[in-house]
Amino acid sequence: MLGLVYWQETAIKLGVIMGVVPVTSLIFVYVFLFKMMSYMQSRLGPMETGPHGTLQIIAEAIKFLQKEDISPDNADKHVFVMAPVVVLMSTFLLYVVIPAGPDLVVQSLDTGIFYALAVSSLSALGVLMAGWASANKYALMGGLRAAGQLIAYELPLVLAVVGVVIQAGTMNLQGIVVAQAEGSIFGIDWIGNPYILTQFIGFAIFMTAAQAELTQTPFDMPVAESELVGGFQVEYTGFRYLLFFMAEFGTAFAFSAMASVMFLGGWGLPFIDSTDNILNVVGPVLMLAKVMLVAFVIFWVRFSFPRLREDQLQKFAWKFLIPVSLVNIVATGILKVAF
Amino acid sequence: MSIASRQVSARLAAGESILRMSEAEAEVVEGVIDPEDETMIMNMGPQHPSTHGVLRILLELNGENVLRSKPIIGYLHTGMEKTAESLTYVQGATNVTRMDYASPLFNELAFSLAVEELLGIEIPERATWIRMMMTELNRMASHLLFLASNGMDLGAVGMMLYGWKEREEILRFFETVTGLRMNHNYIRPGGVAADLPDGWEDGVARILVALPKRLEEFDTLMTGQPIWRDRTQGVGLITTPEAVALGATGPILRSTGAAWDLRRDQPYLAYDQVDFDVVVGTYGDTFDRYAIRLNEIRESMRIVEQCLEMMPTGDYRTQDPKVTPPPRARIDESMEALIHHFKIFTEGFHVPEGEAYAAVESPRGELGCYIVSDGSPKPLRMHIRAPSFVNLQTVPHMLTGGMIADAVAIISSVDPIMGEVDR
Repeated sequence: MLGLVYWQETAIKLGVIMGVVPVTSLIFVYVFLFKMMSYMQSRLGPMETGPHGTLQIIAEAIKFLQKEDISPDNADKHVFVMAPVVVLMSTFLLYVVIPAGPDLVVQSLDTGIFYALAVSSLSALGVLMAGWASANKYALMGGLRAAGQLIAYELPLVLAVVGVVIQAGTMNLQGIVVAQAEGSIFGIDWIGNPYILTQFIGFAIFMTAAQAELTQTPFDMPVAESELVGGFQVEYTGFRYLLFFMAEFGTAFAFSAMASVMFLGGWGLPFIDSTDNILNVVGPVLMLAKVMLVAFVIFWVRFSFPRLREDQLQKFAWKFLIPVSLVNIVATGILKVAF
Repeated sequence: MSIASRQVSARLAAGESILRMSEAEAEVVEGVIDPEDETMIMNMGPQHPSTHGVLRILLELNGENVLRSKPIIGYLHTGMEKTAESLTYVQGATNVTRMDYASPLFNELAFSLAVEELLGIEIPERATWIRMMMTELNRMASHLLFLASNGMDLGAVGMMLYGWKEREEILRFFETVTGLRMNHNYIRPGGVAADLPDGWEDGVARILVALPKRLEEFDTLMTGQPIWRDRTQGVGLITTPEAVALGATGPILRSTGAAWDLRRDQPYLAYDQVDFDVVVGTYGDTFDRYAIRLNEIRESMRIVEQCLEMMPTGDYRTQDPKVTPPPRARIDESMEALIHHFKIFTEGFHVPEGEAYAAVESPRGELGCYIVSDGSPKPLRMHIRAPSFVNLQTVPHMLTGGMIADAVAIISSVDPIMGEVDR
């Protein structure tokens, strides 16, 4: 488009992802973990560092960098060191397909959703590696819980997305945004068709499963501070812990972005043609607003609910979420053919 | 097979529950542990966020399931009972108040009642009512702390802050009355340390007005919450005979349906003159223990309300110059007062020979103080029957068959205060 050669384009894309992931997780930690959680608990949170404590997050990052890098004597050193990298890698890979405007996407893949869900489950591998390599019983329990949770929740996550894919007729995330912008509900087409209106069941299932995928309360058993004292993270200190932390909030941003793309219309705007260049400017702002809205729900739930037990989570996933999402797919398919 | 293990097998075969067994007995219990199966021993505590201080529990796990467990105590042992033997009765209240640090006034009350029984003195009516009001407020503070930590242990992080915040309001009132937020040394043999300050009615009324709304919020946040109910109902079951056999008292015993509350069954202070209900549960599970404590806050508020209305006038301590120190002004005027003051704070007062046991209903159960006196100003022996210590014995029984997450919920529902357990 700008006449760049392949390596220049690749370098820019890499730079963007390397910049976007830390920035988004910093925003999330400040807005939700520091401020929203504090206000919900009738306190102010950090106030001293910078205006309203905005620089606190920088101070935290520097604090983590200063800490000693400890690994337990009995740990499997190589796996122990690799585990946070694997977890963070899955976060980085997720950002490849998330669009913020008609042209603002690192790589518009035709199997975008498929790719995103596949790389997101890589993080469980890293968690399992961390749990096993730490040579700690708490970490091991946390790793095993994470693995069990992955199997139970990846399924409803995928099945919830299938409804959207059927309706849009494409797996490309850009294609889904366009389909929503140009779609119509019962012939009314002036607001397009954000799929939350027709796929509200899918949206609810997606959000529930994402909550588990992100290991946020009420599905935070792999971390379970009051039971497993941090689970798989228990032996990690300093920079390696920071990597886990960044991955947690970076992935939360990525999943909120996926939810906004698939259910809330992404960067699309009513009355404006979805190829209009103005959307390359407005789109990112619109996306950020929607992401914050979705993330607000995720963290709202996180800070108010108690934690489920491991067996209750499995029961909930297999006996409730999966059957409901299967019914949703069938219903979507029938309606798609009928209309 | 030893005789003991044969007895265990026989009891198991008869369908009785085994409350205590030795290591050797436990090994032979059939069906519980398959020697072929590998189990994992997990050490929970003494440094663990959910073991309420320094409780250590060894868990034998099969996957997530708890097969056996063993609480190990002693990490907070400070020898307070032994220390009491070298302190005078005047100093004693300062010592005991540190045992159950979440409800310090109850320790002072049990100690003072026992000493007063030995002395054979009557305390003024106003002192009795002040004691009753203050301990009921303390019960509310202690139960709020329980709600906070129980919420935290079950993953509701917000509850931690909400509970502490309301407790802080009560502690702020305590500060105006006793000068300290905790470890007050307020209730002393012979009465209380100081009269209620001016405007105390407003302080109490503020708490009574603010708290009901908060309790309703807690109800919304936890009691009616489906996840909360799933996590607590049917978890950590115990029956009345089992609880009685293990000596459990307080909310653990009441959760099984046994309405045993010393305030009603062996009234002390002026509990026979106030109107309140004893809250009991039905199933003896973690949820019942939670609900009992939540509703006991409401009952305590009723009692405090009545104290507010019926608070008698008069002296706040007995006017026995041998027991209570003279007012500061009197020391300048009277030689006798100076001598009494000097004697009380150096030698202490002499307590007649004998022994006494006084029990009060602390937020955790029956808190008893047993004192043996040889006629000197220091106890020959002081023993505290600590409810947390006794209640902790029910933990291995309740944990068996649960999961790790249940273990945390159950420990939390027993609400042990380690300072009291180890003394």
